[in-house]
Amino acid sequence: MSDTTTERRGDTFGFIRRNIREYGILFALIVIMAFFQVVTGGILFRPVNLTNLFLQNSHIVIMAVGMLLVIVAGHIDLSVGSVAAFVGALSALMIVRLGLPIPVVVVLSLAAGAVIGGIQGYWIAYWKIPSFIVTLAGMLVFRGLTMWILQGQSIGPFPREFQMIASGFIPDLFGPDKPNTLSLILGWGAALAILWLQIRGRKREEAVGIVDEPFAFFAAKNALIFLALVWMTWVLANFRGLPNVFMVMAVLVALYAFVSERTTIGRRIYAIGGNAKAAKLSGINAERVVFLTFMNMGMLAALAGIVVSARLNSATPKAGVGFELDVIAAVFIGGASMAGGVGTVIGAVVGAFIMGVMNNGMSILGIGIDYQQVIKGLVLMAAVIFDVSNKSKA
Amino acid sequence: MDAILEMRGITKEFPGVKALDDVNMTVRRGEIRALVGENGAGKSTLMKVLSGVYPHGSYQGEILYGGQPMAFRDIKDSEAQGIVIIHQELALVPQMSIAENIFLGNEIAQRGVIDRRETNRRTAELLAQVGLRESPETKVGGLGMGKQQLIEIAKALSKKVDLLILDEPTSSLNENDSDALLRLLASFRDRGMTAILISHKLNEISQVCDSITVLRDGATVAHHGGMVEESRIIRDMVGRSMNDRYPPRQPKVGEVVMQVRDWTVADPAREGRLLVKGASFELRRGEVLGIAGLMGAGRTELAMSLFGRSMGEWKSGSVTLHGKPADLSTVPRAIRAGLAYVTEDRKSLGLVLDDTIRRNIPLANLAGISVRGVVDRQREGAVARDYRSRINIRSPSVESRAVNLSGGNQQKVVLAKWLFAEPEILILDEPTRGIDVGAKYEIYTIIRDLAAAGKSIIVISSEMPELLGITDRILVMNEGRLVGEMPTAEATQERIMQVIIRSGHDLTDETVTPEEIEAEAAHV
Repeated sequence: MSDTTTERRGDTFGFIRRNIREYGILFALIVIMAFFQVVTGGILFRPVNLTNLFLQNSHIVIMAVGMLLVIVAGHIDLSVGSVAAFVGALSALMIVRLGLPIPVVVVLSLAAGAVIGGIQGYWIAYWKIPSFIVTLAGMLVFRGLTMWILQGQSIGPFPREFQMIASGFIPDLFGPDKPNTLSLILGWGAALAILWLQIRGRKREEAVGIVDEPFAFFAAKNALIFLALVWMTWVLANFRGLPNVFMVMAVLVALYAFVSERTTIGRRIYAIGGNAKAAKLSGINAERVVFLTFMNMGMLAALAGIVVSARLNSATPKAGVGFELDVIAAVFIGGASMAGGVGTVIGAVVGAFIMGVMNNGMSILGIGIDYQQVIKGLVLMAAVIFDVSNKSKA
Repeated sequence: MDAILEMRGITKEFPGVKALDDVNMTVRRGEIRALVGENGAGKSTLMKVLSGVYPHGSYQGEILYGGQPMAFRDIKDSEAQGIVIIHQELALVPQMSIAENIFLGNEIAQRGVIDRRETNRRTAELLAQVGLRESPETKVGGLGMGKQQLIEIAKALSKKVDLLILDEPTSSLNENDSDALLRLLASFRDRGMTAILISHKLNEISQVCDSITVLRDGATVAHHGGMVEESRIIRDMVGRSMNDRYPPRQPKVGEVVMQVRDWTVADPAREGRLLVKGASFELRRGEVLGIAGLMGAGRTELAMSLFGRSMGEWKSGSVTLHGKPADLSTVPRAIRAGLAYVTEDRKSLGLVLDDTIRRNIPLANLAGISVRGVVDRQREGAVARDYRSRINIRSPSVESRAVNLSGGNQQKVVLAKWLFAEPEILILDEPTRGIDVGAKYEIYTIIRDLAAAGKSIIVISSEMPELLGITDRILVMNEGRLVGEMPTAEATQERIMQVIIRSGHDLTDETVTPEEIEAEAAHV
């Protein structure tokens, strides 16, 4: 027996209470950005630093969208750092030693990641071995294999085209002048598209009378996102344009947000994480969905591995150490639940940027790596405490 | 009048809703008080206030216990005063033994080292008091709901309990176990214990309770010092009279739709033990077929193994649908073949509790709301709203989360999920367990309408009057076998029980004297 009437539509206070997490995380990002912008004396949002922020955090964002699905399904993947390193090493071997063409290398590397994720997913999904154990083993195995194929050495440098994956910028089709016109078109176009989709969605919801969000919130949130995108595009376009990895990231975030929210496979992942038994009795092939989720994670870890080795211009045995922790932290800061069934792609991405801005801001301030770790740990803890206390109040 | 408990002017508000509005209740020492009301009437909230789940200060009004004003901060406080509550959802740890569960958080230990011998001895005593013949070291997980309920009571007895609150203790018990439990309760009263019994089963209440308090919409609407007619209580509860418990219907039973032959299922946990033994039966179009039996008779196992072999280990047997062999070997195949199984355990097997009604309903038929794997949200919303109004799911909107709904409304969401999968054959396992009279009637009406629309329905129920009221034919199951079959028109509760007993089941196995338990405990 419970109190159904506590939820009422169109009541602002109740709305904030129910959605505090979603707004809270965005609010936290804004506060953290504002804080570092002030204390770094405006360095944080300088074009070069803003560009770096994206370049340096791209691999975390790429893996966070996959990890979000893994965690929503009620699992965890500890192996992503090692898999990224292993695939980075593999791609280096293929490019530098075998001289394979770069598109072929990229495809083969992604396939290798998918196979690795699939193998882990097979044991997790079909043999019911806890993902923590399988991927812990994977973390050790692929770290070891990375060292083995690199023979303890670094491999590099890479051809320029390969480096461009991580450090290039999209070309300007309309001449070399600043601002970069193509970047402006893409960035502003995306901002408009997002705005349009939001308005259309709200209109449709209004049509069937299921609008929950008060209009002021809707307007403020979308105005904020729109202006942020327009401004950010302007800053980046006036520097060197949108980075290639930014495009990769944007496409992935949009794709995975769509998959998680709007497709049946996304629905199945949430249902499995929410209640695996009920999902199976509803005819959902939970094993296959979990298997595919891990395969996808492996592929994204491989992509992150390519990006990281392209950025560092070498594959090293130590690459990707601790990535899994950053990625998992980003997902939890973004509001996902360890128990599964809860979390959003956008939340995970915002979580990744909170980590990124803090890393970047603290480095600008010259805070030592020791304190940085402590502070990041506390932020993760605070985010989760906020979640838990919020849930127990609700 | 010696009042053990007086609750005065209790008002409890949640944001936007008054769950309790000036509730008054006085309980005499040594009586069994029934607390009745529809789901959502505020019974559980009131008991949470009493037991300190909602601490002093979070509600208005006062609680006098033994004449003293009380200000409980948490359950520990109220337990220290001898108020023990047994919740509807049992809170036992399945991996732990009976003894470990009973003394969980209250271990008999010296300097942190548990005294196993003493624990087992005390446990054996307590088990004898509740009439349960199990070794204290038996793991709880393997035991049936009836036995688990008795363990909860033994756990309550292990604390110094003066006022025992039971929240629908018999909702998952069969009639035998329920009777035993009620007799136990009466014997506790004779020894001076006071109890508050929350129940939906009015026959039980008239069996053991001394007085009745009726709550409706968070307020006390009636208090009866003695027994009154059931119809009167129902009228108080729902605010209207309900003459007929079961909706009238004219069955139109057609041709055979499903034929099950020699269905045998083994227990994967115990070598050589069979859960279902050679069950054969047929189901007709438009028919409501009941399956009666005691708890543990194998009814759920039969149903779930038919539904994609979701339980047990299939050994032999075949199913034909419309005369053709059917492949029901996985859940997706069973769904495709036109089967639906509405679980008895809606919270753990039926719903994604944290998800909304809108997202729960299409789960068994995602193809029905999507185009090439992309969910059509307009369609999804329309489907959810349609079912919400069609089967009267009471909630603020389809965006309400399942966890916030009352039992009856949760059950309707599970039903809606399966109706949207458009099955030909529905298996309903305890479809009205733990839900109130009004919601039960609505569920019966849905079943009737489905049958009238040509669906075939199997109803598994431990409430025999329910089977007699809504089915066309009844199968009786005992110890994994189908042991009897009768048209409902010729069936009575006595006849069903006779069939069960004659089928060779030795009932002395279940009803045990305290002496026997002590003898058993001596072995430990």
